[in-house]
Amino acid sequence: MSEGHSGLVAHQFETAEQQKETVNLGMWAFLITEVMMFGALFSAYGFYRAQYPAAFAAGSDHLNYFMGAFNTAVLICSSLTMALGVQAAQQGKRKGIILFLLLTILLGGIFLGVKVLEYADKYEHHLMPGINFSVDSPFAAQIELFYCFYFAMTGLHALHMIVGIAILGTLVVLSYRRRFSANYYNPVEMAGLYWHFVDIVWIFLFPFLYLIGRS
Amino acid sequence: MSDHRIPKRIYYLIFATLLLFTMITVEVAFYDLGILSFPVALGIACFKSTLVILYFMHVRYSSGLTGLFVSAGFIFLAILLVFTLLDVKTRDWQFQPDESGISLVVPF
Amino acid sequence: MSNTVAVASHPEPDNNYWTAGYGLKSWLLTTDHKRIAILYLIMISVFFVIGGLFAVLIRLELLTPAGDLVSSDTYNKLFTLHGLVMIFFFLIPSIPAVMGNFLIPIMIGARDLAFPRINLLSWYVFAIGGMTTFAVVLFGGVDTGWTFYTPYSSTYSKTAVGLTAIGVFITGFSSILTGLNFVVTIHKMRAPGLTWFRLPLFVWAHYATSLIMLIGTPVVAITILLVFLERVFGVGIFDPALGGDPVLFQHLFWFYSHPAVYIMILPSMGVISEVVACFSRKRIFGYGFVAFSSLAIAVLGFLIWGHHMFTSGQSILAGMVFSILTMLVAIPSAVKVFNWTATMYKGSISFETPMIYVFGFLGLFTVGGLTGLFLGALGLDVHVHDTYFVVAHFHYIMVGGAIMGYLAALHFWWPKITGKLYSEAWAKLSAIIIFIGFNLTFFPQFLVGYLGMPRRYHVYPDEFQIFHILSTAGASILAIGYAFPAFYLIWSLFRGEAAPANPWNAKGLEWTVPSPPPKHNFDTIPVVKEEAYDYSRLEEEVV
Ligand code: HEM
Ligand SMILES: [Cu+2]
Repeated sequence: MSEGHSGLVAHQFETAEQQKETVNLGMWAFLITEVMMFGALFSAYGFYRAQYPAAFAAGSDHLNYFMGAFNTAVLICSSLTMALGVQAAQQGKRKGIILFLLLTILLGGIFLGVKVLEYADKYEHHLMPGINFSVDSPFAAQIELFYCFYFAMTGLHALHMIVGIAILGTLVVLSYRRRFSANYYNPVEMAGLYWHFVDIVWIFLFPFLYLIGRS
Repeated sequence: MSDHRIPKRIYYLIFATLLLFTMITVEVAFYDLGILSFPVALGIACFKSTLVILYFMHVRYSSGLTGLFVSAGFIFLAILLVFTLLDVKTRDWQFQPDESGISLVVPF
Repeated sequence: MSNTVAVASHPEPDNNYWTAGYGLKSWLLTTDHKRIAILYLIMISVFFVIGGLFAVLIRLELLTPAGDLVSSDTYNKLFTLHGLVMIFFFLIPSIPAVMGNFLIPIMIGARDLAFPRINLLSWYVFAIGGMTTFAVVLFGGVDTGWTFYTPYSSTYSKTAVGLTAIGVFITGFSSILTGLNFVVTIHKMRAPGLTWFRLPLFVWAHYATSLIMLIGTPVVAITILLVFLERVFGVGIFDPALGGDPVLFQHLFWFYSHPAVYIMILPSMGVISEVVACFSRKRIFGYGFVAFSSLAIAVLGFLIWGHHMFTSGQSILAGMVFSILTMLVAIPSAVKVFNWTATMYKGSISFETPMIYVFGFLGLFTVGGLTGLFLGALGLDVHVHDTYFVVAHFHYIMVGGAIMGYLAALHFWWPKITGKLYSEAWAKLSAIIIFIGFNLTFFPQFLVGYLGMPRRYHVYPDEFQIFHILSTAGASILAIGYAFPAFYLIWSLFRGEAAPANPWNAKGLEWTVPSPPPKHNFDTIPVVKEEAYDYSRLEEEVV
């Protein structure tokens, strides 16, 4: 996102401070678009959930809430390591950045691994809409709808995780090459915002998909 | 945003709270709260994400403009949600599953 | 801002952005906002011509009641492609991506947008989306209407809906990137002294537009993607036979697409403010009201999408709420029209070409807006929904309003952009031809729509023919009017007189830099010490 090289001020800016604030605001504007993008899916999901509560609850029941909860914990841990990584960057601690970012990547990897297990499980149980969906229920169509949203939402979220991991990987390489200092660490901070955002999406996805209507 | 050094203690505190509320949200899901189950889950999720936004994403220490941007995102999302739900909750017809597939039911 | 700056940075002949680099590469890899604006200008002009050709075929077909020129399938594809190209590939990018891109940094005293490379990226994304749409034409077109209503689009249509969806999805991102760039630029790149309430209203209008782009576009992108997935996987997200709800699609689509109509008109309104002030030699009446009405339109625009769905099966209560809220949006629109009119009151008005377009805009936008209110009234809309009345309504605003504004902008800032003066006489003539042709084309459509002619049919009862003949005749005149500028503007590039820095004697930072502007706009960033449109001071200085 930042123009020019580390520590330099791109020609359109007057000061490094202005550049930093601008990039920061740009990131937040980008996150608004992300909120709306996921938000559209959430709204559609809520719209159907309100119409077919029983069928959606039945759909939820097929999900493994334990895996979901485990993954929530994993992501919260990764948010912590990410925050600590940004703090290390603020203090110009190169080893700290590398360590915490690697940890974050690892946790992100675990999350995706669990996700793969879950998807495989859905495949085995014939719960993949458009591929092999079949359940025996008078609401089969609506349960399929639930799974459409399950895959669309968790899929889009997983895609964001993959992008996030790629970004963090790049940052690890850059900080290994001593690109960042206590004066210039904005990319790390921006990646942090992105990562936390992805975490927040999951904070909503988990109860909505796995939990509501369980009792 | 930037140069406020937040003590590590706060990060750990937030982290613990987030885990705690994850447990709570799982726990309450097994009680039959009736129509409250959705608002409760929503409330907890909102609370957790507010913590993340304020502390992990440093909005508490940032300019008001950042806060404005964040709220704008959620306000417009709320608009989308509220009006679509308004429609579906006040309709006088519904799709209803039956043996032959799905048919339209108009109660009156 | 005052004249000192203009004198200080005198035009260095070889120093402007046209001559700052030569060869295709220097254009295709540029990050200069002015060059990117030119790239956009070329691209959207091509799309305008293509969209126009579709319109010509539509109008020719409708000349006679029988379906004799094209088959009904072809006709469906024609109006779909016409709407698609004109809305997504011409109107939405028109003023923002060309004029906004060129002018916003200069107007706020910056050297470039906040993210120049993202700006270039947005053009490439746009180009890819455009190419995808070309491919759609090659693969036989698409016939769902620009609105993609499900389940026809998601389940039944046999045409290239999937590819079209991808094209629109991609194009959406170019719009998001442009909006993001503008919002951030306007917040963070203003010159010292340029407070929010000293900004030109053009910039305010673009700020509001950009908010809509940021907030609305992701929603339509994901919705179109769902349609695509539904087609690919054969699932039933919006198909009632499979548990889905087509009305939900309409909610999500119009959540973006109603505000999108303001993406098309708000920038035009910004242009009108600039031009009215300049050619009335007065400060805009009620500056604050005009500025905030842009924001009000952007926000209210998100509350009224359901007025497109009165007959769709949405609940009656929702319909009533949307109908009432729709009435509200007329207020900020009317505030603008009244304030422009009040600006002209006792002004010393001169009738240069841009001003003629402004007069066109004022009349046509008012008609379009008022008929919008008719349509927003729930009871009446049940009668005229999906008739030519609606077609006339939105063409009055999009062609009569938005394109008039675009042409006003093109003529107002052409000397600044190219450094050349065009022929006033030809320009005035074509403005008048366009105004006449436009009204002849679209006014009969109000009548025939009210009498019951539905939209999107190519066969119709004999008694409607007279209206269609008038309309097609008008369209031919309109086409001639649009062709003129293509000639005299391009001619001016080669033979036109060199333009001075400020040919209209207008206020605003963009007129303090040479025409065409130097590569980085300003040698030293200006310090702004006065309100926008301080024409009274200027007049005194001249006297
Ligand atoms: C004063 C503000 C406006 C009001 C109250 C208004 C109201 C309406 C209503 C109620 C409809 C639905 C008619 C129907 O389908 O039965 C409509 C359609 C439409 N309006 Fe407006 N409108 C306004 C401004 C605009 C503007 C500024 C534009 C474009 C720049 C615009 C473009 C359209 C388009 C494209 C449609 C038709 C969409 C379609 O079905 O294909 N409107 N308008
Ligand atoms: Cu509308």
